[in-house]
Amino acid sequence: MKWGTTAARCLGLLVMAGAVPLAHAGALSIESWRSDDAAIWSDTILPAFHAAHPEIVARFAPTPPTEYNAALNVRLTGGIAGDLITCRPFDASLTLHEQGHLLALDDLPGMENFSNVAKSAWQTDDGAVTYCLPMASVIHGFIYNKDAFTELGLAEPETVEEFFAVLQRLEDDGGYIPMSMGTADQWEAATMGFQNIGPNYWGGEAGRRALISGEGRLSDASYVATLEHLSRWGAYLGRGFKAQSYADSQTLFTLGRAAVYPAGSWEIAGFRKDAEFEMGAFPPPVPEGMEGCHISDHTDIGIGINAASPNIGDAKTFLTWMAGAGFAGTFANALPGFFPLSDHAVEIEDPLARAFMSWRGTCASTIRNSYQILSRGTPNLENEIWNVSVQVIHGTMTPEDGAARLQEGLANWYGPQQ
Amino acid sequence: MTRTRTRDGVHPGWITLTAFLAPAALIYGVFSVYPLARTIAFSFYRPQEGGAAQFAGLANFVTLFADPYWSEGFFNALWNNLIFFAVHMAVQNPVGIALAALLAVPGLKGRSLYRTTLFLPTMLSVVIVGFIWQLVLSPLWGVGEELMTAVGLGSWFAPWLGEESSALVTLSLISVWQFVGIPMLLVHVALLNIPRDLIDAARVDGAGAFGVFRHVQLPLVMPTVGLVSILTFIGNFNAFDLIYAVKGALAGPNFSTDILGTYFYRTFFGYQLQSGNAEMGATVATVMFLIILAGVMIYLFFMQKRMLRAI
Repeated sequence: MKWGTTAARCLGLLVMAGAVPLAHAGALSIESWRSDDAAIWSDTILPAFHAAHPEIVARFAPTPPTEYNAALNVRLTGGIAGDLITCRPFDASLTLHEQGHLLALDDLPGMENFSNVAKSAWQTDDGAVTYCLPMASVIHGFIYNKDAFTELGLAEPETVEEFFAVLQRLEDDGGYIPMSMGTADQWEAATMGFQNIGPNYWGGEAGRRALISGEGRLSDASYVATLEHLSRWGAYLGRGFKAQSYADSQTLFTLGRAAVYPAGSWEIAGFRKDAEFEMGAFPPPVPEGMEGCHISDHTDIGIGINAASPNIGDAKTFLTWMAGAGFAGTFANALPGFFPLSDHAVEIEDPLARAFMSWRGTCASTIRNSYQILSRGTPNLENEIWNVSVQVIHGTMTPEDGAARLQEGLANWYGPQQ
Repeated sequence: MTRTRTRDGVHPGWITLTAFLAPAALIYGVFSVYPLARTIAFSFYRPQEGGAAQFAGLANFVTLFADPYWSEGFFNALWNNLIFFAVHMAVQNPVGIALAALLAVPGLKGRSLYRTTLFLPTMLSVVIVGFIWQLVLSPLWGVGEELMTAVGLGSWFAPWLGEESSALVTLSLISVWQFVGIPMLLVHVALLNIPRDLIDAARVDGAGAFGVFRHVQLPLVMPTVGLVSILTFIGNFNAFDLIYAVKGALAGPNFSTDILGTYFYRTFFGYQLQSGNAEMGATVATVMFLIILAGVMIYLFFMQKRMLRAI
């Protein structure tokens, strides 16, 4: 009895201190791992919401990214999680939905503003139920040093051959490291390399879906061609790229020592702060003779409703507001490089972010092909892509062997590929 | 309190014995024996649809050793771990003994300064050690290449931590650099405990400094060297932190730096999109435990007995 009272008091204290975003009637509490964005939420986003809906009070209660998944699970199980849950893409949130923690949102007013690609990260495998509102994506492409390009009279490359011609020119000139990427951390080779340039080869969404349905194979010519392209990168990365970390790559570029940076748009804010030269961006180059283009417009953040929340009505009002044009504009400009996923036309002030966003108009969007369904078995496809991309760039594995290894690994456990 | 009076004096009774043993047994039991037993038990189960785990006998072990996607990774990690251990045995212990012998040289000035300096890296956090060496060896901003160029070896420099052929040995040597203080200190203490008259007698018999070390001191510190070796063995087969700090849990390139600790981590906790598998993780942990147990048994039953007899 004593213990019970003490525990209750401690919980009460924690709740009062705001440490536990306990769902109770009244204020909406938002669970998130974006603790970096706390100021943006409290200074920009929430005031905008309160202006539109003065009757509802909302509070942003983030947990550090590394602890988020575990802490959220505990809170949801214990019934003390917040009303709105920021959703990781794919399996992490799918599990929460299957356990009954995330409400189905198909009939939410505003959901019609999102494309199927945008929703795919927060849908059941058959696409029948959507349980999170898509919030933001990151786009892949290349950021370059405009001064370096002007100095050497280089133009933004459009095709693969032009791309390598630019890198060769930079290499011959010797003043700049042509491209800044290392393979020490492995993920850059896969994320900034394979998933960046690949969609043009495998045809974006069509290729990605073909892998899931089993009609396409990772050993197909398109994946061999992707890896062949990647194998040519090794010659243009700086000396010692094999021991170059992600932070090294960023620093090399922002110091102005490297001319091209294979990027994700999330770099924009950081580069703006550190780089003292003008930057431009170009989308992944297209292979010769190809019509149209594809970009990796990877769904990264969504937001859903805690099924146990006592404020489901208010929470739905909040999400409908988030699905509107006002939120899209506010969010996109507060966090350049994280792009809203709704169909609203948004005016982005940052020119670099605007360049990335503009490719959505000229190219078809897709997401990283290993993220939906295909990374559930052993060996893990995502990890395999890291490993193979690095080896192909190092020249220790041929593109054909790499593609064959990826296919073998997937076929080992994934039924439709067997 | 009950006491039994015997011919030799007062013997503590059962209650006294229990009372004194209870705290240690309880703490050891709750925090060490119980988790270990549960881990081993866990490795015999498999998760079922719906959450509850079901008894599966040795199925997890069969998967680990027979499924090529598990066994390849496991044996690769085991082999790398053996190399990791071999480098420690071949470099850390001889260098540690040599340093201890040098520290024991009579009339050495600044002895405690050397001792402290050489022991310092051992007290540093592994994360810091990993970071320092990554910087030193960085082909971009590292001081390593300049130092080598200064002595004319610049062309030999390579991104060692990134090459598949050299990354593991480089990491092993970093670990050696960090922990060489432990064999040095233990052997140094053992050397100090050798009675002066043994050394004096050898001197009178005409042995030089090296002769004394080779024929008197070294045989007498061998039990300590044995102890250091088994500590190194346990430490190496439990190692994880340095590899994780420098290369991440995917232990690249191409798993060339993957050891049992990192392999276990990926299996149990998962990595990136790979979800964790508690049962298979427990299986890997059990096998690691058995490997370490086997090593310690060999040491206890063969090495230590023989060494005790030799003294």
